[in-house]
Amino acid sequence: MTNMISLDALQEKARVIRRHIINMTTAAASGHPSSSLSATEVVTALFFGGFMNYDPRHPDTPDRDRFVLSKGHAVPVLYAAMAEAGFFPVEDLLTLRKLGSPLEGHPNMRRLPGIDASTGSLGQGLSVGIGYALAARMNKKPHRVFVLIGDGEMGEGQVWEAIATAHKYQLGNLTAIIDQNGFQQTGASKDVLDQTPFASKFEAFGWKTQTINGNDMPSVVNALNVATQITDGPSVIVSQTRKGFGIIPVLEAENDLNYHGKPLSPALAEKALALLEK
Amino acid sequence: MYLGELSGLKLGKATRDAFGDALRALGEKYPDVVVVDGDVGNSTRTEVFAKAFPDRAINVGIAESNMVSVAGGLAGAGKTPVVASFACFLMCNAYDQIRMSVAFPGLNVKLVGSHAGISIGEDGPSQMGIEDVSLACSLPGVAVIVPADAIAAAAATEAMLQYQGPVYLRLGRPKVAEVYKHGCHFEIGKAQTVREGDDATVIANGLMVAAALDAAELLKREGVSVRVIDMATVKPIDEEAILKAARETGRLVVAEEHLAHGGLGSCVASVASRIAPVPMAFVNLGDGFAESGDPDGLLVKYGLTPEAIVEAVRKVR
Repeated sequence: MTNMISLDALQEKARVIRRHIINMTTAAASGHPSSSLSATEVVTALFFGGFMNYDPRHPDTPDRDRFVLSKGHAVPVLYAAMAEAGFFPVEDLLTLRKLGSPLEGHPNMRRLPGIDASTGSLGQGLSVGIGYALAARMNKKPHRVFVLIGDGEMGEGQVWEAIATAHKYQLGNLTAIIDQNGFQQTGASKDVLDQTPFASKFEAFGWKTQTINGNDMPSVVNALNVATQITDGPSVIVSQTRKGFGIIPVLEAENDLNYHGKPLSPALAEKALALLEK
Repeated sequence: MYLGELSGLKLGKATRDAFGDALRALGEKYPDVVVVDGDVGNSTRTEVFAKAFPDRAINVGIAESNMVSVAGGLAGAGKTPVVASFACFLMCNAYDQIRMSVAFPGLNVKLVGSHAGISIGEDGPSQMGIEDVSLACSLPGVAVIVPADAIAAAAATEAMLQYQGPVYLRLGRPKVAEVYKHGCHFEIGKAQTVREGDDATVIANGLMVAAALDAAELLKREGVSVRVIDMATVKPIDEEAILKAARETGRLVVAEEHLAHGGLGSCVASVASRIAPVPMAFVNLGDGFAESGDPDGLLVKYGLTPEAIVEAVRKVR
C-alpha cells in the first residue's frame, strides 16, 4: 500500500488539499469547489490512508487499484490529492481549466496519467468501475476498484443498472462511495429528486452498506477499513457530508449553502483560506 | 427474389451469423477479447462465443447504457470488449455512454450493432437501426464498418480485433448474397471495386452492394457500363477510391440501407464535393421510418432495389 500515514497526518493532508481546492478554483475563476470540499476526507483517506495501491512514477502500472470519480465535476479534490501524492508538481494545480493544461474541468484520462476514467456525464462511473473489477477478476488480480458517486447523480438510471450488475457478479473487489452532500445544481437533493434512503436501497440490491459521517476522518478511515476487508460482494459507503465542508461559514455569510459550480472570489477565497489555517 | 440473385450470386449466411462464428473462431487467437451482452446474445450471435468462452462473457441484462460503460472499464484494464446489441439500441440508447466511456477516452471497445436496417422485417420500425451509421460517424475517432456479406463480415471481425481503438461494426439480420464468394481481402479504410465499369459508379455497402451488382447487370443490357464499389468502411472513408471513381466514371450513385442524413451518402458527398465534384444521386431511406412487413417486401416498398439504383444512374447520366 502507498503512503499509509497517521490519522493526524491524514487530517492535516485534508486541510492542505482543501486549500488547494480553493486556490485552484479561484485561480481558474470557475469550477466546483463546494462539491470537491464535501468529498475531501474520502479522497484524502483513499490516497494517503493506505487503502489504494498506486505508483505516481508509473501511473499506468496494471496492478494498481483504480479510482473512478463518477462525479467528475469534483475533480479539483482529485487533482489536489494526485499532486500531493506526486503524480505531477503541486504548482500545476494552478493551471486548472486553462488552455493547454491536462487538468481539465472534468477528468480526461487521455491527457492526465493516473486518471482511470474520463467522466463528467453523470451516471457512468459505477459501470466503468464494474468493467475494471470484472477485468481484475478475469486476470486473477487482487486489485480493488473505488468509485465515488454524487448523491444527485443517483438520479441517473444507469447507476441503478450498475448496482444490479455488481450484485449479479458479486464483485467483492468493488467499493462504491456515495458523497451525500445533500445538494445538487438547482437545490437540495431531497427537493429535486429524493433518492434516499440510500443504504436500504443498496441492501435491497444485495450490497453491504455502511453509513458514516463522511467529513469525520476517523469514521472515513474506519469505513474504508471495513469495506476493503469485504471480498464476497460489492459494498457501499454512504458518506454523509456537507457541501463546502471546511468553509461553511463563508457560504453561510453568502447565504448559499449549495454554492454549486462557482468559484470563490479572491476576497472570499481569502476568508476561506483563513478558516483553513493550521 | 433476393438482392444479388440477378447477378447470379448465391444466398449466403447473414452477416450476424458470420460475425458470431468468426468471433468464436478467433477466441483462442485473441485472448483479451471479452463479450459484453445486453441480453440479446442469441440475436447478435455473441452467444456462440459466450458458450465457448463462458469466463469471457458478461451479460448485464437489458441495460445498454451500463453495458457500454462496463465495456469502457474492461478496455481501460486492457481487455478488448466486444459489445453487441441491436444497432438501434446500442447506438441510440447508449449514445452518451459510447461518447463518454468509449470515444472520448479513445478506448479499444468494439461496438457491434446487429439487426440494422429495414431488412429485419416484421418486428418493425422500433427495432430497425436506420440512423446508427450517422450516429457512429459523428463520434470522433470511431471507425465505422458495414460489411456486404458473410465473408466480408467474418474478415471485418478479425480486422476490427486487430485495429487499435473504437470500432462500430454494423450487421444485418437476414441471409444475404455472397458478394465475395472468391474471397475477401478486408482492410479497414479501403474500398473494394467489386465490378469494373466506365459510365458511372455505384458506391454501396451492406446488402446494397448486391443490389448495386444487380443494377449493373440490368444496365449492361442497355449498354451502360457501371462500376460498383463496396465502401464497407464509412469512416475513415477511402477518399482515393471516391476520387478515382469520380474522375474515371464522372458520375456517382450512393446506395445504402440507412436514412439520407449522415450515412454513406453524406460521407461520400462531402468528400466528392471537396475533391471531385461530379453529378450524384442517392438511394437510401430518405427521412422516414419504415413499417412492419416481410423483408423483401419492405426493401421494395422503401426503394432499396436494383431498379431504384438503375433509376438513379439514369438520373445522373
